Amino acid sequence: MIRQVVARALEVAPGHCKIVNVSGREIGVFNINGQYFALANRCPHEGGPLCEGRMIALVQSDGPGHYELTRDREFLRCPWHGWEFDIRTGQSWCDPKSTRARQFHVTVEPGEKLVKGPYVAETFPVSVEEEYLVVEA
Amino acid sequence: MNIPVRHAAASSKLAIVDCDIHPAFKKPSDLFPFMEARWREHMTTFGEHLRQGLSGQLAWPRMSASGMRADAFPDDGPPGSDLKLMQRQHLDANGVEVGMLMQLSKGGMEERNLEFAAALSRAINDWQLETFVRPEPRLRAGIVVPQEDAAFAASEIERRAGDRSFSQIIISPRSSDPLGHRRYWPIYAAAERYNLPIALHVQGFSGGHVSTPSGWPTYYLQEHYAAVTGMQNTLTSLVFEGVFERFPKLSIVLIEGGFAWAPALGWRMDKHWARLRAEVPHVKRPPSEYIREHVWFTTQPIEEPENPQHLAEVIEWIGWDRLMFSTDYPHWDFDHPQHVFKFSMTDTHKAKVYRDNARALYRLS
Repeated sequence: MIRQVVARALEVAPGHCKIVNVSGREIGVFNINGQYFALANRCPHEGGPLCEGRMIALVQSDGPGHYELTRDREFLRCPWHGWEFDIRTGQSWCDPKSTRARQFHVTVEPGEKLVKGPYVAETFPVSVEEEYLVVEA
Repeated sequence: MNIPVRHAAASSKLAIVDCDIHPAFKKPSDLFPFMEARWREHMTTFGEHLRQGLSGQLAWPRMSASGMRADAFPDDGPPGSDLKLMQRQHLDANGVEVGMLMQLSKGGMEERNLEFAAALSRAINDWQLETFVRPEPRLRAGIVVPQEDAAFAASEIERRAGDRSFSQIIISPRSSDPLGHRRYWPIYAAAERYNLPIALHVQGFSGGHVSTPSGWPTYYLQEHYAAVTGMQNTLTSLVFEGVFERFPKLSIVLIEGGFAWAPALGWRMDKHWARLRAEVPHVKRPPSEYIREHVWFTTQPIEEPENPQHLAEVIEWIGWDRLMFSTDYPHWDFDHPQHVFKFSMTDTHKAKVYRDNARALYRLS
């Protein structure tokens, strides 16, 4: 397993995603109301660039003409075939039993701790004052 | 809507022929350079007269990106209108060696004013060459002709046939009469003369007919299956009107209408033909034999049985030499070459379906 500093925490605003590269693997890091989640940029359906899809709300309806939008920008819709996934869990909305987007662990670490190592990315300048996103992949 | 595209190459080395790619114009006036002033004015002043009330709009709401892949929208114009994006996102990324363009709108296939239909047909054929085929040799055009004016259609086929940029003839399977009718025979005669397959791509609710034999569907999902019954009716008409007896070298390609239904249709037709054929003495052989010899099927949107192996069995019945891979790029339900078949295929079968069947049928070199 690799632990890699992938971005400054401020770079990923709430409701947004940043696609990063962790040893050749594309991973989308999402900010949902200050909580960070990471998913592989590869749709489990047919391999589409999942994290380049739109972040959307959950749409539910109890009948024609009625619908409710909840959990705004907590779901992700693949740009290829429109499969939707819960960003928090990677779970597929249309095939929850057998399809799940690959999830990665992401933490927010203070620069102060990171500069001491051992997980400092050599290509990524880390300063003591800021907070950083660290992905395990 | 403008999502950056990854510059990724396909991981597999499999070269494919994609038998269903949809080009688009950025705006209908893109056709103007290929039309006489008289028809440019007509198009601007009167527009098209189609036999349905929803000209220029979709009958059912398609909530996600108007039925398109969300990442296929170029900076301007609709998906399919930007050759560079198509090259980068599809031809390069998916290893497309040859791609067959399937232009469906503004080619005059449904236009009621037949003089205008002829002008549109000529224009769309020139436009395909100028916009896509000349700048991108991997692409092949289809000769789009209005089937309701068979005499013009035959002349347009004759005019284009010598140009190998065109690989097939495109007419609508939602024609005024079922396509086996004699009024369409001059088109088949021209197709046979110039050794060009006839491509029939599903056409939803167009053509002025209700889309299912039992009335209008309620849902978009429901309408999807009108494509299957539509193809069955077309094929049945071609067989029982004796088209394949009259034109023994004719090839028909059924596009986007599925294929798993074909063996069952053949079995039923053979059974009834054996008992009732006195009514159609011009149909000399079991119907399934005509289908087996004359008809090719494209794969997308592929059937996905719970046991994927069942699909392999169906393909055995149809013939591994009659199925041709297609993606339907840039539509939302496109099939990806590396994920489309859920069962393992021999290398021989793979080569046939992804490449060699189309290369043989379309005489690609």
